[in-house]
Amino acid sequence: MNSLSLESRPEPARTGVWVGIAAISMSFAAYTSALIVRQGANPDWVHFRLPPILFLNTLVVLASSVTLYVAPVGRPRESQLAELPAVRARREINWLYVTLGLGLLFLLGQVIAWRDLSSQGFTLASSPSSSFFYLLTAAHGLHLLGGLGGLLYVAHRVARSSESQALRAYRAASLYWHFMAALWVYIFVLLAVRI
Amino acid sequence: MTSPHSSHDAPRQSFLRKYVFSLDHKVIGLQYLDLSLVAVTTGMILSWLMRMHLGWPTKAIPGLGAVAPEATGGIITPEYYLSLMTMHGTIMVFFVLTTAPFAGLGNFILQLQIGAEDMAFPRFNMMSFWVTFVAFLVLLAAFFVPEGPPLSGWTAYAPLSAVGKDAGPGQGWGQTLWVISIAIFCIAQLLGSLNFIATTLDLRTKGMSLARMPFSTWAWFITSVIGLIAFSVLLPACILLLLDRVAGTSFFVPSGLVISDRLQPHAGGSPLLWQHLFWFFGHPEVYIAILPGFGIISHILPAVTRKPLLGPRVVIACMIAIAFLSYTVWGHHMFMSGMNPLSATVFSVPTLIITIPAAIMTLLWIGTLYGARMRFTTAALFCLGFISVFVSGGISGFFLAQPAIDSYLHGTYFVVGHFHFVMGVASMFGIFAGTYFWFPKMFGRMMNETLGKWHFILTFVGVYCIFMPMHYLGLAGNVRRYSAFTVDYMKGSVPLHRFITVAALFTGAVQLIFFYNLFRSRFRGQIAPTNPWEASSLEWTTSSPPPHDNFGGQHPVVYHGPNEYGVAGKDGDYIMQNSPESEPASESAA
Repeated sequence: MNSLSLESRPEPARTGVWVGIAAISMSFAAYTSALIVRQGANPDWVHFRLPPILFLNTLVVLASSVTLYVAPVGRPRESQLAELPAVRARREINWLYVTLGLGLLFLLGQVIAWRDLSSQGFTLASSPSSSFFYLLTAAHGLHLLGGLGGLLYVAHRVARSSESQALRAYRAASLYWHFMAALWVYIFVLLAVRI
Repeated sequence: MTSPHSSHDAPRQSFLRKYVFSLDHKVIGLQYLDLSLVAVTTGMILSWLMRMHLGWPTKAIPGLGAVAPEATGGIITPEYYLSLMTMHGTIMVFFVLTTAPFAGLGNFILQLQIGAEDMAFPRFNMMSFWVTFVAFLVLLAAFFVPEGPPLSGWTAYAPLSAVGKDAGPGQGWGQTLWVISIAIFCIAQLLGSLNFIATTLDLRTKGMSLARMPFSTWAWFITSVIGLIAFSVLLPACILLLLDRVAGTSFFVPSGLVISDRLQPHAGGSPLLWQHLFWFFGHPEVYIAILPGFGIISHILPAVTRKPLLGPRVVIACMIAIAFLSYTVWGHHMFMSGMNPLSATVFSVPTLIITIPAAIMTLLWIGTLYGARMRFTTAALFCLGFISVFVSGGISGFFLAQPAIDSYLHGTYFVVGHFHFVMGVASMFGIFAGTYFWFPKMFGRMMNETLGKWHFILTFVGVYCIFMPMHYLGLAGNVRRYSAFTVDYMKGSVPLHRFITVAALFTGAVQLIFFYNLFRSRFRGQIAPTNPWEASSLEWTTSSPPPHDNFGGQHPVVYHGPNEYGVAGKDGDYIMQNSPESEPASESAA
């Protein structure tokens, strides 16, 4: 595989992430349609006020997307791919750790939102609306956790070498992370509108 | 198990890495095929038990009482009959019809056909096999839990699948294991589909444009797109069902439901929601099973007829059209579920439309046969058999597609005959055709053609004897899922059921010829040349079996489409895809 010219090669990692994004979008479309059908099926849907910390969490996850975007190591131009100086790559990787930190903070915020809700008596099984609340936030959280793992892995690779393959993997992981932020915004709006 | 490698091996590897947790797509492909061989044998034994009981419901099946405590004294109870049916359907649909033609054959052949060294993500590929394996073990575990396997069918209709053991034996742990198994299977298939898509898009060798991809590669590619979307929906559905079962939520269980004299502790759920989610996956799943067959047949026919496939672009367009339409027809499984008759009409129309590309494709295959100097190899015979059963099963689809007729035929043996022909047997014939055709590439040895032909003829006659009479039974009002026909109006069907049982036992036994041929040829078969069928695609340019990196360090360059037969090439009446000789005039536009 390595004997092919790197510059002319397509990026399977990036393609893979795009395909993954399609699959995850489809899953959440399925959850959404289930929510709409379930809400319309019976008048037992209980509306409740979303935990206020979710607004903060939304800002945090959007900020994590921004910090990843401003790290130029995540979006080198094609011509730079092969020659990004290792020192620069290592310096810019610090932005990545900020992203990782914000990602963890987001997850912590989600857990606080869960505790807030359960202290009000809304549990997974107590009403269909709370079922969907826990389900959607948990499903998103798990996918985001996967993204954290992916970012950590590529950060480790880039820190060791700035070869173009590592940078491409980094780019693919960043794409996934931005999608996670966008997906959260979608879920937040859905919850706000429906619950 | 794996194929022997030549000198272009990767660096020396440990036994585990080479044969068990291998990253080589060829080894993984064979692992999938071996898994589906175990699964298909299990599924077939289950169908034998059901058939024997249907023919002679009061007779004990020798030995069954000892292995299955649920069948007291070897006599299958109605509940255990449903368990056998559920496990038969689940094993066959997921672990045979999805695993063998797509994940198995596709994994071995696709990379060879596009000139790639391996999958885009070899580790994902390995994971997807082992995750499938775990899913299979979890499903089999349902046989060994108290009360036995689940009984709500491979479709696991809620609320019976959602309320726990009140719904019957096996609906406790058995059903929970079923849901977990299918959820795990979804993850494996998503990983696999993602890999197939990225590999096909990104790892094609120089000159291998989309237009030059072999038909089988096209079919696997389209199948992976269907799979990606379908399993992305089944996974959430399984999670919702699991939560209803273990966490007390009410997605699918309605209010006031009393089962086994107990008011169920759920409220407000929608059983139809499960059916919608399930069939949104379930109908495309039919095409996941059959589309690789379309591709395999389209790939093999030119090689055995020595003619180019008629309308190659049309065949690909038809496959894409079927993939697209497969997402618009799921409601035809629910005509009788009490949904709005207007919705039924809406689903009926695309169901009828989807027969158009299928019919066009069939006519193109038959047109290709016209005037051919056919080489009647076993693979060729299974192609012809595929066309035959696909047409037979497809025609009964016309009837079922119309809500008015379906209201009579729904839930009868007509449906059983229909989907076994078109999804079960046709897909199996595609797998057989592919196996006989590519076996030399997999193991470097030829399968025995005489045994292969006997296998085909006896199987072909056998499946018609099993499934054709089922259409007749269905028209006569014989309902499915009953473990015995003791009601007056159905008593008359028992002799025909006995005939079907004998045919099923016979056809199953015939498969021993295939097993024998498979295992004997693997070690004792005649040594295969690089290109035994004089076929044009890239897998036939490398040694049999191919080296670890597929092309021995070379990167094949492609100059032609896969359909160059019946022309004057330097090797005979065909031109290899990687042959630099000039293109014939008819293909110069490509």
